[in-house]
Amino acid sequence: MTETANSLVEIRNLTKGYTRGGQKVPVLDNITLNIARGDFIALMGPSGSGKSTLLNLIAGIDKPDSGVLKIDGEDITVLSEGQLADWRAANIGFIFQFYNLMPVLTAFENVELPLLLTNLSKSDRRGRVEMTLSLVGLSDRMEHYPNELSGGQQQRVAIARAIVTDPTILVCDEPTGDLDKQSASDVLTMLKQLNVEMGKTIIMVTHDAHAAEAAKHIVHLEKGELIDESLTT
Amino acid sequence: MFFFKLVFKNVFRAKLRSSLTIIGLIIAIVAFGLLQTVVDAWFAGSNAASASRLVTRNAISLVFPMPIYYRERMRAVSGVKSVTLLNWFGGIYKEPRNFFPQFAIDHENFFDLYPEFVIPPDQLIAFKRDRQGAAVGRKLANEFGWKIGDTIPIRGTIFSGTWTFTLRAIFDAKDDTTITRQMYFHWDYVNEWLKQKNPRRMEQIGTFVIEVDDPSRTADISKAIDAEFKNSLAETLTESEKSFQLGFISQMEQIILTIRIVSFVVIFIIMAVVANTMAMTARERLTEYATLKALGFGPGFVASLIFGEALMLSLIGGGLGILLTFPLAKGVGVIAAAVFAVFKVSQSTVLLQLACALVVGVTAAIVPGWRSARVKIVDGLRHVG
Repeated sequence: MTETANSLVEIRNLTKGYTRGGQKVPVLDNITLNIARGDFIALMGPSGSGKSTLLNLIAGIDKPDSGVLKIDGEDITVLSEGQLADWRAANIGFIFQFYNLMPVLTAFENVELPLLLTNLSKSDRRGRVEMTLSLVGLSDRMEHYPNELSGGQQQRVAIARAIVTDPTILVCDEPTGDLDKQSASDVLTMLKQLNVEMGKTIIMVTHDAHAAEAAKHIVHLEKGELIDESLTT
Repeated sequence: MFFFKLVFKNVFRAKLRSSLTIIGLIIAIVAFGLLQTVVDAWFAGSNAASASRLVTRNAISLVFPMPIYYRERMRAVSGVKSVTLLNWFGGIYKEPRNFFPQFAIDHENFFDLYPEFVIPPDQLIAFKRDRQGAAVGRKLANEFGWKIGDTIPIRGTIFSGTWTFTLRAIFDAKDDTTITRQMYFHWDYVNEWLKQKNPRRMEQIGTFVIEVDDPSRTADISKAIDAEFKNSLAETLTESEKSFQLGFISQMEQIILTIRIVSFVVIFIIMAVVANTMAMTARERLTEYATLKALGFGPGFVASLIFGEALMLSLIGGGLGILLTFPLAKGVGVIAAAVFAVFKVSQSTVLLQLACALVVGVTAAIVPGWRSARVKIVDGLRHVG
């Protein structure tokens, strides 16, 4: 995990803080971490430890104050907002705790959403969305709206949306945090399959130690510092 | 296509709120349209005025008449093609609320100077032949259900007594700007009465209507006519028919200005309402906009979603408002027929309504669109709507 040469994600001396009430509050302090291609990392730590901030930085939706952050050899800290948007569309798949699906769009349309940013034809998009939804076991729910689906099903739609563009990295922010035990287990199984069978690099923030066991590595953060890296079974 | 689908679905997401906003827009656009039509109705007479006609009245006031023999001297002025007579009568048909304008005219040539009144030749002949004959506009005839041959009693207020006229002609309008809610009859008939009842007023007329042979020379001809009667017992004031009509309207200038202001205030209020709706909408959907941006959609796409939604709301409300203005204006036209001879929604009013709807939509979306486009993704994802 620490080998730089084979790293997909290369983080060196990364620092990030927020200004609250006129005072600078450090959130990440001098983080150095490398994540290999095809790895499955669980970021753990108490609230305020900086795990979500680190995930946001890797996903390119926030910018560090200092340090190096390279994804697949590209320094994303120097990209403009527009370049970052294009980069995210091509490289990152997002899975959120509360699914963040568009309520007015069907499961099909939600999954199709990221493909609208590509040059694919309508029929190509349709084929790819259908294939992805069948991959997450929702072929029969394509025309359903999010409010017609269970939490687990909604999260599977969100997973389909995240992988439909075949991104390099999947970033998951508490993907099982809003699910019952069975649905959570199903989602974790699916993430493991995506990692093992499709070779997706997955970075997952979680509070749940059981969920973290689905990952290959666990990274512990506390008060903005990386305190421990460990292998799961 | 997907964009429009998303905008359309978003518009009707909060059904109650969108419906109430659309109803507000409909009311505002209808109110704006009707108020603009009221202003147009005031100007209907002046808008329909002919460029080749002049009106001469007593220079002191319209109340004072001029000798009828002025006509011959006017005819002699260079550029004058013909001269006719027009005298306000001011009578009441059955009840004061049945008000409509009545004029005593020179029956021989009046309709020659007003080609915008289309009158059947046989009826015109019948009108000219009957000393007590009357010619009325189609709108007026329809309003009171008059037919050719009917007797119309008019109670005089300036020329006292009850006057009985026989309807000999009904004229139509050449186009929809021409007023057909008035009545004409022979000045000779009135003059005969004056000879008997008020000899001091006989052989005198309120206004002359002059047709010129070259509309570009109206100013010179007006000056020449007034110079003809300079230092006479009744000096004249000659002006274009449009100016003459506008002279009446100028007395109402403050009211018209107020109506115009109120019509735009209505639009301003609905603009605030739609802006509030869009601000609430944008605030509630901040997480969705942040998600779209995280997926790679740019700030422009997010802003255009809000602009699209505001525009669609405004165009639905505005469109329905415009459609509703027509039947409502028709109804108002019937109710206010005694005040407004022509009450018709003009093309410019419709265009103004449409422009107002567009401006409301765009303006209402500026602040929420700008804020949503600029929202930081991490802040938006943290937001609880």
